[in-house]
Amino acid sequence: MSGHKYLQTVLFAASVIAIQLATFFTGTGHYLTQLTMSGYYSLVIIGLCLLIGYAGQISIGHAGFFAIGGYTTAFLTTYDLSSVKAGAVAGLLSKTGMLVTREDLYGGQALSLHPWAACLFAIAITVVIAYLIGGPVLKLKGHYLAMATLGFGTIVYKIVLGSEKFGAADGISDVPGFLLLPGLEVSGKPSMRVMNYYISWGLVIAGVMLLLNLVHSRVGRALRAIHGAEDAAGAMGIDTAKFKLKASIIKSVRYVAIVAIGGMANLWGSLIMGFILNFLSLRGYFGTYDDAVFGAILIAIMLFAPEGLLRRELFKDVRAFFSGKKPREGRQ
Amino acid sequence: MRVFKMLAVFLAIALVTVSPVLAAETIKIGAILAVTGPAAFLGAPEAKTLEMLVDDINKHGGVKGKKIELIIKDSGASPEKALSFAKQLIEEEKVFAIIGPSTSGETMKIKSVAEEGKTILLSCAAAEVIVNPVAKYVFKTPQKDSHAVARIFEQLKKQGISKVGVLSSNTGFGKAGKEQIEKLAPEHGITIAVNEVYDKAASDLTAEVTKLKAANVGALINWSIEPAQAIVIKNARQIGLNVPIFQSHGFGNIEYVKAAGAAAEGVIFPAGRLLVADTLPKGHAQKSVLLKYKKDYETKFKEDASTFGGHAYDALMIMVKAIETAGTDREKARTAIENIKGFVGTGGVFTFSPQDHNGLDVNSFEMLTVKNGKFVVLADGEKKAEKKDVKKKK
Amino acid sequence: MNIDFFFQYLVAGITYGTIYAIVAIGFNIIYNTTGIINFAQGEFVMLGGMISVALHAFVPLPAAILAAVILTMMIGAIIEILFIRWLANPSVLRMIIITIGISILVRETALHIWGAGVRALPYFTGSEVSAISVGDVHVSPQVLWVIGISAVTVTGLNLFFGRTLPGRQMRACASNRNAARLCGINAKNMVTLSFVLSAGIGALAGCVVSPITYIQYDSGTPLAIKGFTVAILGGLGNSMAAVAAGLILGVLESFSIWIMPTAYKDVISISILLLILFVRPSGLFGNKEAAGLKEF
Repeated sequence: MSGHKYLQTVLFAASVIAIQLATFFTGTGHYLTQLTMSGYYSLVIIGLCLLIGYAGQISIGHAGFFAIGGYTTAFLTTYDLSSVKAGAVAGLLSKTGMLVTREDLYGGQALSLHPWAACLFAIAITVVIAYLIGGPVLKLKGHYLAMATLGFGTIVYKIVLGSEKFGAADGISDVPGFLLLPGLEVSGKPSMRVMNYYISWGLVIAGVMLLLNLVHSRVGRALRAIHGAEDAAGAMGIDTAKFKLKASIIKSVRYVAIVAIGGMANLWGSLIMGFILNFLSLRGYFGTYDDAVFGAILIAIMLFAPEGLLRRELFKDVRAFFSGKKPREGRQ
Repeated sequence: MRVFKMLAVFLAIALVTVSPVLAAETIKIGAILAVTGPAAFLGAPEAKTLEMLVDDINKHGGVKGKKIELIIKDSGASPEKALSFAKQLIEEEKVFAIIGPSTSGETMKIKSVAEEGKTILLSCAAAEVIVNPVAKYVFKTPQKDSHAVARIFEQLKKQGISKVGVLSSNTGFGKAGKEQIEKLAPEHGITIAVNEVYDKAASDLTAEVTKLKAANVGALINWSIEPAQAIVIKNARQIGLNVPIFQSHGFGNIEYVKAAGAAAEGVIFPAGRLLVADTLPKGHAQKSVLLKYKKDYETKFKEDASTFGGHAYDALMIMVKAIETAGTDREKARTAIENIKGFVGTGGVFTFSPQDHNGLDVNSFEMLTVKNGKFVVLADGEKKAEKKDVKKKK
Repeated sequence: MNIDFFFQYLVAGITYGTIYAIVAIGFNIIYNTTGIINFAQGEFVMLGGMISVALHAFVPLPAAILAAVILTMMIGAIIEILFIRWLANPSVLRMIIITIGISILVRETALHIWGAGVRALPYFTGSEVSAISVGDVHVSPQVLWVIGISAVTVTGLNLFFGRTLPGRQMRACASNRNAARLCGINAKNMVTLSFVLSAGIGALAGCVVSPITYIQYDSGTPLAIKGFTVAILGGLGNSMAAVAAGLILGVLESFSIWIMPTAYKDVISISILLLILFVRPSGLFGNKEAAGLKEF
């Protein structure tokens, strides 16, 4: 098994590079903007794919985890600590080098938590929350489980909407760029496009590898831990993208649907499907019919190809091709 | 194999759609509008207005001999999409300027993108933060929230009311209004007894208005753009909360008056003069502009013109005016907008400056009220009548 | 805070609760015969409201409502026949995704037909400002209409399922589809009938609540989410439980506004729902075995 696992990942990484090179040689580098954004959405899809496809649980409130991670980071990195500089906690933080001074959009000075520290904190908090609610929630079954996850997503969404500290309906803007290593910054600037494309899809590849390893090991016992870890990856992704964060229940349903039409227990199918749909939507290909097209695709695929459009056989075919065997007939 | 096939197909799609055939003689103007989705009542009339105007301008030879090429992107009020489209319009289409977005949340999201891309952005959204603090390339055409609030507070003072209850929806629009009300209340001597935020999809607000009634407020101020603004006045009247009701400029849509029926009578709100164009005095500066836009729009689309479409009208006309003065150099056109003085639009008379990227003053709002299911100017005589009427009800 | 306000909050809560309950009943009917949650249920409510308003321009109110209900029932039947009837043994998740897709399609079609504006039927009796007052407690006459029509609907449904042949056949399919089939019941027709029935109830709900809540192309989804919440809280498949759960949720929401900021209304009600689910995993009045039967 492990050989195929690596082959898949290498193929995936190769396609990521191929797409970047293609945009480079054809002078269409601006596509990377939407490609990068789609990459971050793909992280959520990986987490969901694990939960729905492999663990057999439905979660319609997944965007709640996405929001917890994202908002925690965004809040910590934008909250100005200048006024409490003298306080004990702030003092401790600054001694350990976890604070950064930066210039805000209008030239003022702001003192805030270092993005790395904020990110780690966000991951920790997401894992803890996932662990705490995971226990009782996963005892529920069927539609009751669906309702509980939807309810969790709604609670997160409404708390954010009702809280001034999280920017209420406006969300948090001007999240600072994310310096991974000196010279390697996560931001929305056009000059950083190529780099950010690789950061985004690099995270997706890392997520895929993590998931494949888990799936192919003895999964059962690790379920709760994975649940949190994957979502934390989503959290890391969103803040780096300098997105203004907005939790949305409807979007959650959209993610579930994407995983379903990609093929339930099929990571690659879900990833490719999610990538294509998000990319086309972000490019605005369908104009005012964006949602209608999405609905029509959903119905069509579920009616005619309920196992997902991109089935596992796809990769069996690829493998068969490389090993020189005849592609096998589809099994259905 | 199919993976590669898929990639190939995907790349082919990408390449075909890119081929940017740039006709040298056009001026490209992008528009990011919420044509569908929860803010469609803003974006749809804005998009229609732009299409109508651009057709008309091109029919008459364009601007300085160049035709306008309009690219409308439907964001569905999603900030993520707006961001993606803004980058597309700036980096790929290399548009001369962008009109929109329709909502404040989307505008705030792309403000920095427009700045970095040095592209003029003429927002059709209301929130004050769009132009305060001023960003070099970002302008907006709707009147400011703070002016709307100031007009309402002046009116409250005239009616001798100082204790109010404030309701707003949990949207960017509601939030912006609520902040201005909280900020300006002390200097106008207004106390806010109840300050509640409700869900934008709220279907009944009886409990909220009951809270206001219990607090014995002198007036109700509601700030939202959803159907909730019609629901709230109905519920208030049903439970016998007979204090004056004030709404935001978001109420300037006759549909809500129809929906609220008898409950809408006597609601007071600030709005641009488009809604009362017919009744303006003959010499009024805006009268001819308003009547022409209203007539053109209503003949073409067979629906009532709204102040929202007017915001797009103003944005495009200001852009055209700037190009007429400064030509198609982006930097010069930007400076030209800052130098526009006394430009008559649908929202008011615009006078821009490097410090003021909105160009409208507090007088661009007129206080309107609803009488027999129609918008009318709240004249001084009527104001007194209103007061008496309310007292009688009490 | 005096006693009048207490009753005013109670009335508000009952209003919310009845609206939620009538949507939840629609969910339950389809759930009982198919074991799925029809996520397009909210769209039936929207369609009922929109169609009746469109027709009311030409015909009197009762005729408009009747026609809207019948038209929506036909749409329900068409949806079932086109998208669901011919599927051989579909999985529950597949059905859910299909109904989500249908919901999106119906909503977008409504947007392109009617635009994004709000609509409402006129008040059945009185006007937007009229109220029936007891002391300082005021009730809109339309609220009484909603409560009355919901009560008639629930009674009617109970009679239908208890006393009529198609009703009993539907119940038979709900408890054991294969056994029902062996007894000569056409299970497929029963599923179609359940869609027709729940489309009709949804449409009727859309007509009676539209003067209170207004209807626009996207009103379906929020109503569906509330309805789903109530159906789960009561225990899936039980219409009387849905009424009780609807009233509980509505009153909870209403009183939470009394003491807490409105912004957290849903946080409170849903937290309580989650707590209840942790203690009673099959809803307040749900049967553990029944819930176990219909899983993913």
